[in-house]
Amino acid sequence: MKLYEYMGKDILRREGIPVPRGQAFLSPSGVADFAAQLPGIVVKSQVLSGGRGKAGGIKFPASAMEAEAAAQELLTSLVKDLPVHAVLVEEKLKIDREYYLAITVDGGKRKPLVIASAHGGMDIEEVPEEQIIKFHVDVHAGIQPYLGREVARRMGLPVSEVKPFSDLLVKLYHLFRKYDAELVEINPLVVSDGKLIAADAKITIDDEAAYRFPEWLPRVEERTDLELKAAEIGISFVELAGDIGVMANGAGITMATLDMINHFGGSPRNFMDAGGGAGTEATAKALEILLSTNPKVILVNIFGGITRCDDVARAFSQVKESIGISVPLVIRLVGTNEEAGIEILRQQGMSAYRNIEEAVAKAVELAGEAR
Amino acid sequence: MAIIVDKNSVILVQGITGKQGSFHTSQMLAYGAKVVAGVSPGKQGQTVHGVPVFDTVAQAVEMFPITASIIFIPAPGVKDAAFEAMSAGIKTLVIITEHVPLHDELDIMAYAEKQQVTIIGPNTFGIISPGQTKLGIMPNSIYTPGPVGVVARSGTLSYEIANQLTQNGLGQSTVVGLGGDRVVGLSFTEVLAKFEQDPATKAVVLVGEIGGNAEEEAALYIKEMTKPVVAFLAGSSAPPGKRMGHAGAIIERGKGTFQSKVTALTAAGAKVAALPWEVAELVRQSMGE
Repeated sequence: MKLYEYMGKDILRREGIPVPRGQAFLSPSGVADFAAQLPGIVVKSQVLSGGRGKAGGIKFPASAMEAEAAAQELLTSLVKDLPVHAVLVEEKLKIDREYYLAITVDGGKRKPLVIASAHGGMDIEEVPEEQIIKFHVDVHAGIQPYLGREVARRMGLPVSEVKPFSDLLVKLYHLFRKYDAELVEINPLVVSDGKLIAADAKITIDDEAAYRFPEWLPRVEERTDLELKAAEIGISFVELAGDIGVMANGAGITMATLDMINHFGGSPRNFMDAGGGAGTEATAKALEILLSTNPKVILVNIFGGITRCDDVARAFSQVKESIGISVPLVIRLVGTNEEAGIEILRQQGMSAYRNIEEAVAKAVELAGEAR
Repeated sequence: MAIIVDKNSVILVQGITGKQGSFHTSQMLAYGAKVVAGVSPGKQGQTVHGVPVFDTVAQAVEMFPITASIIFIPAPGVKDAAFEAMSAGIKTLVIITEHVPLHDELDIMAYAEKQQVTIIGPNTFGIISPGQTKLGIMPNSIYTPGPVGVVARSGTLSYEIANQLTQNGLGQSTVVGLGGDRVVGLSFTEVLAKFEQDPATKAVVLVGEIGGNAEEEAALYIKEMTKPVVAFLAGSSAPPGKRMGHAGAIIERGKGTFQSKVTALTAAGAKVAALPWEVAELVRQSMGE
């Protein structure tokens, strides 16, 4: 789950990392009063995307009245094609220098990774490799202050900044572990009047750890209504732009099924990974979700392992009897309890392919005819 | 021969009294795996499909010469279960559970490295050495013993490939699922190195997908291998990967796309199949048949 900047800064503040004085607003009301207390003002649109500055999502109003107008404008506009969830009204900092600091997980090394650069700000991806400092962390040792001093040395920070930087890195790592973060990124980490301040915050936390998130932590939802409905029955679903509805079991095979459709010249309507072990009820609901997206054809690719083919077939049979299946349904069904599954389908006047190549080719052909 | 597990593996099932633990214990026994004990705290004295249940791993280890454990514990308890098994001296762990928190995985892998434990998973279908043993949830029927090693990131896609190999008369030495999560125990490279050393393996199939840079890392090792490698990658039609913010992009630096993986693998001498049903033929060709 990605957090909005103001939520991320709230966490930084709680953990003792300096952030600019600021407040989030869901409407322009109150913005002028708050802005009037600030020596300089910045109004930042809250969207879950980088590159807001270049996209016009950050404004520097000259007065409290202008701040309210800027808030009004941002709250009713799209930034990077996303609706603006809120605005963060902040004290505008005097910026002497901009650094980059992040902690994430390096899957290949199976360790947390600290990434730092004395060349922060926009376009960090363009900074040459040799100006980026990377440090893998042993989770048993954690980050001690010496590591912060070493990173600071390699970044070439002035002596006066070494201790504050090191303290900040220790706190950031503590936060990274405590909040089950996948990513904590401060870009830019600014030097303002000799102080280090997090001018932006990007925090992504691990949804799998949701059961141990603190109560007060806000929940951010990025999925569409249909994607949410699918998630409720334990199915991973992403809407796409094409016209062939797809259901498969397993992320890899679902992705490969989309590739195969593409190979034969078709275009998938969605990615639906019905998961391992989906039973009759979940599969029936999944099929109903697919039908609600009005595809030209539905292609089902099930290789039963944990998933039982007879459960899947029963689900199709159930949906056919209850709400009907209005579009051609191309089924490929093999694996656990395959014979029983095919017999259930046969009784409903449906049939299944064993061969994946034939099934995909047929689905693409039918979609072409229906176009 | 086989890699990691074989007919002599003596197996413990953690979470044996649960629905999945119990069902897959029966499937593993049916395959001929030596499942000798299970653990479910508070359930000592019961049996599951004739297998005795203990309260703790240490008790089970006192009773049997256990070499490997398979974990069917709900995600919040996986870290505890894995540490318990490693502390009891078990050197091979298969963690089937999905949705394990990322930071728990970091802790498990750090301890495993220290204890020199081989971890398969989490979020894996497991490992099978056909005709010998299996620790996993894969269907029993699609594998046959033979010379092809298979290593995959995703479960069902590897079933598809194993099935195609079997139907084309190409048996498998061992089939390993690395697991679908960002942090898992084994890497492609580590498994390829084991296959390279295994006299029973004559060729290897690598089943990968877009995202991360595990396939590019594997390519560096494939260059050094004497055995042929055939790869199949899922995700050729996926739109440019959703990046996990700047940090992800900084780590990957242009790696992780379908094309970068194909390029790296091809340059290393691997044959990359465009479609799953091309894999078996490429394996046959690469083995000089």
